[in-house]
Amino acid sequence: MRDLRVPKVAAAAVLVLAATSCSLIGSDESSDAGRDGSGETTAEDTTVILLTHSDFSLPKKVIRGFEQESGYSLEVRPSDGVGTLVNLVTDEAGKPSGDAVFGVDNTFASRVEDAGALSPYDGDLPPGAETFALPGDDGQRLVPVDTGNVCVNVDDTWFAENDLAPPQTLDDLADPAYEGLFVTSSAATSSPGLAFLLTTIAAYGDDWPDYWQRLLDNDVEIAPSWSEAYYGGFTQGEGDRPIVLSYDSSPAFTVDEKSETSSTSALLDTCYRQVEYAGVLEGTENPVGARELVSYLLGEQVQSALPESMYVFPVVDGVDLPPDWSRFAQQPSEPYAVDPAEIEANREDWLVEWNDLVSR
Amino acid sequence: MRRTLSLVALAAAPVVVLTLFFLLPVGGMLARGLWPDGADGGFDPGAALEVLARPRTGRVVWFTVWTSSAATAVAVLLGLPAAYALHRLRWRGRAAVRAALLVPFVLPTVVVGVAFRQLLREGGPLGFLGLDQTPAAIVMGLVFFNVSVVVRTVGAAWEGLDRRPAEAAAALGASPATVFRTVTLPALRPAVASAAGVVFLFCATAFGVVLTLGGVRYASVETEIYLLTTVLYDQAGAAALSIVQLLAVVALLVVTGRLRRVADATVQRVTARPQRPRRADAPQLALTGLLVVALATPIAALVVRSLRDDGRWSLANYTALQTRGDDGLLVVPATTALRNSLQTAVDATWIALLLGLLVAVVLTGRSRSRAERRTRAVLDGFFMLPLGVSAVTLGFGLLVTLGREPLDLRTWPLLVPLAQALVALPLVVRTLVPVLAGIDDRQRQAAASLGAGPLRTALTVDVPVVARPLLASAGFAFAVSLGEFGATSFLSRADHPTLPVVVVRLLGRPGEQNYGMALAAAVVLAATTALVVLAVERLRVPALGAW
Repeated sequence: MRDLRVPKVAAAAVLVLAATSCSLIGSDESSDAGRDGSGETTAEDTTVILLTHSDFSLPKKVIRGFEQESGYSLEVRPSDGVGTLVNLVTDEAGKPSGDAVFGVDNTFASRVEDAGALSPYDGDLPPGAETFALPGDDGQRLVPVDTGNVCVNVDDTWFAENDLAPPQTLDDLADPAYEGLFVTSSAATSSPGLAFLLTTIAAYGDDWPDYWQRLLDNDVEIAPSWSEAYYGGFTQGEGDRPIVLSYDSSPAFTVDEKSETSSTSALLDTCYRQVEYAGVLEGTENPVGARELVSYLLGEQVQSALPESMYVFPVVDGVDLPPDWSRFAQQPSEPYAVDPAEIEANREDWLVEWNDLVSR
Repeated sequence: MRRTLSLVALAAAPVVVLTLFFLLPVGGMLARGLWPDGADGGFDPGAALEVLARPRTGRVVWFTVWTSSAATAVAVLLGLPAAYALHRLRWRGRAAVRAALLVPFVLPTVVVGVAFRQLLREGGPLGFLGLDQTPAAIVMGLVFFNVSVVVRTVGAAWEGLDRRPAEAAAALGASPATVFRTVTLPALRPAVASAAGVVFLFCATAFGVVLTLGGVRYASVETEIYLLTTVLYDQAGAAALSIVQLLAVVALLVVTGRLRRVADATVQRVTARPQRPRRADAPQLALTGLLVVALATPIAALVVRSLRDDGRWSLANYTALQTRGDDGLLVVPATTALRNSLQTAVDATWIALLLGLLVAVVLTGRSRSRAERRTRAVLDGFFMLPLGVSAVTLGFGLLVTLGREPLDLRTWPLLVPLAQALVALPLVVRTLVPVLAGIDDRQRQAAASLGAGPLRTALTVDVPVVARPLLASAGFAFAVSLGEFGATSFLSRADHPTLPVVVVRLLGRPGEQNYGMALAAAVVLAATTALVVLAVERLRVPALGAW
């Protein structure tokens, strides 16, 4: 009997706690049902489940637009970064936990294709989008939705104040004139970091390790994430290095309202093009809804919302950009690229070699 | 028979929860590595073994072990005097300091990382130390995040320690050092061992700190698993390293179990009134002050920065929290995210306390047979496992097992609180077990023989001793939940982000306003934690024995 004494107290304490917080959960749920109207009453086949990464974001208005146009309700399931999303989708190829996927990029595209995780979209690509289709796929399984370039950015104010001409090319970054001025992010833990490694592979071929050795000799700083490079290392953040790895759109966010100029610019000869794809998951219970969603992602509403919601460029021609973007976010005309199949075949070797090089 | 049954009944709920939300997901991930071709392909640990043989793996494991050991030792050395000063002495403001010590726990590592780098980098205020991007910086960061575990766990036990044996020893002529060594320390040893074990596991599975403060030059087991899982898609390698982690947890449990067992189970426990500080307490108070200053420096830098806008002092970053950020970057305003965080934390806290109390009661019951003792030991280890396993493995495992039938719980409102409660569970258990185990069973027998019923006995013997540690662990669980990002980032609901998710999102985009808002949100998160923990600890009834 003795053993039952403490539990009684425990039970009492728990009851009190549970009673006080149940109301919280209750209010939580009721507000949910009120907002999206997709409570338990909604049947399976009237919901479209979108698997995506945690950077996915669209205005509520745009999401409601899809729900009204198609009659489906949209359930977004974000999880961590691109790597995790790709792992999830390939892991459950053929028996997916969602209907459509958004956010697979060209670095990981081949892995998703090879795993047989996608079924054909069977729709026409709007003008402009086909330029971004994966070679050999013609946008049938992986439908291009948005694009952006990973480019080296410079702090023009700093260079003006220090009477130094900003660098232009990848080679310049290894020039002793710019020693200790460049902060990038790790290829192992950040998506732009991996893109920059691919930039150097596209530019230098098999000699890329030599180039990285020169960067290291020039005291490059490698931060674990984009945030830590941009806000922790870059002079426009809290740091003391005027050259940073970022995006072609970044200069649109450093505009001084008084002088109407941007204090940073992207080096357009150092860019790597990233494309994000959407697709219908093979084996989905709701292929029609999934197709409608992918088609909606290519529509005017989503495409024009992309810059401000996800900080990327639309792939479709003729979509209006926000004013700061059209003035300050220049896109490179010939960005570097590596064939997705080649990435898939060599990613591991490259990363292991890169890791050994920088952690030496 | 009846005893065994009641043991099973008590343990059932926590075991089921842990099985569903920990064992299944992690087991699934390990199976993917060891059965590379699926269930029909047969057991093939070859690839996993090959990973273990790589020289790089050896370096990574060694680096993890030594940095974690160093950080644990430093955290214990710094934490003990602070536990004394904050839990045995009575002075104005100690409750506030106690609550403030939990703040590092909830700060997103990215935010702390940027603050630390600012202080440590060449030309920064502490740049002269030359610590930037060194293993020493990593150890400092680990101590920063974990010292409060030692202060709280040991403090909770110290608070209830009877003064009389120490006073008797002193009266018999023992010096303060001798009293501490021969009377106090042995009584505290279970709590110290508990705390050290937990801190070691936290350090060994730290992710952001190692990357942020060490740069890419240093890899730990955790960063390696992240690389293998999310970038290289090497499930065999990730499984191999996860197994190394699990083995390390088991080894650690055996060691700390030994250290805890030698405790004198008949130690007297009363809620000793905290004393006014005396001259002899000066060193402890000074060390505590030093610790507070060390912890406060990066946080102060953060607060100052959050109050700057466009080169001027301003609250603009804070007023912006009511908005959805520059161009509507956020799905909901940051204030709504704060409400989400608080609701989630309340749920996570009661779940962690409920499960933790059940587990602690099961673990500390007196075993009458060998089998019973074994069962308790196994359960003890079982509930520590979540601390020792990579967040990536667990997070991805949860994603794969809980996203589909028959367990499609992705949109269940309690999923995130439950995952967070599992992270907090070992902390709750480690805080309660040393205290519960220290209750002399003869006190209950005495109460019973004097005619007290079971409830009366529990109220007079157990509750007064457990109440404070329970509140302490409630604060813990609450803080863990508020700051949790790992599991949350895998399972978060798109329209229901928590505040740490919002901070990371804001920090993921360029723009002065986004950065300022992120810092303001981090400060609000820290302040909320401190205030709630303070309030929870105020809840205590002055004379618990008189219930």
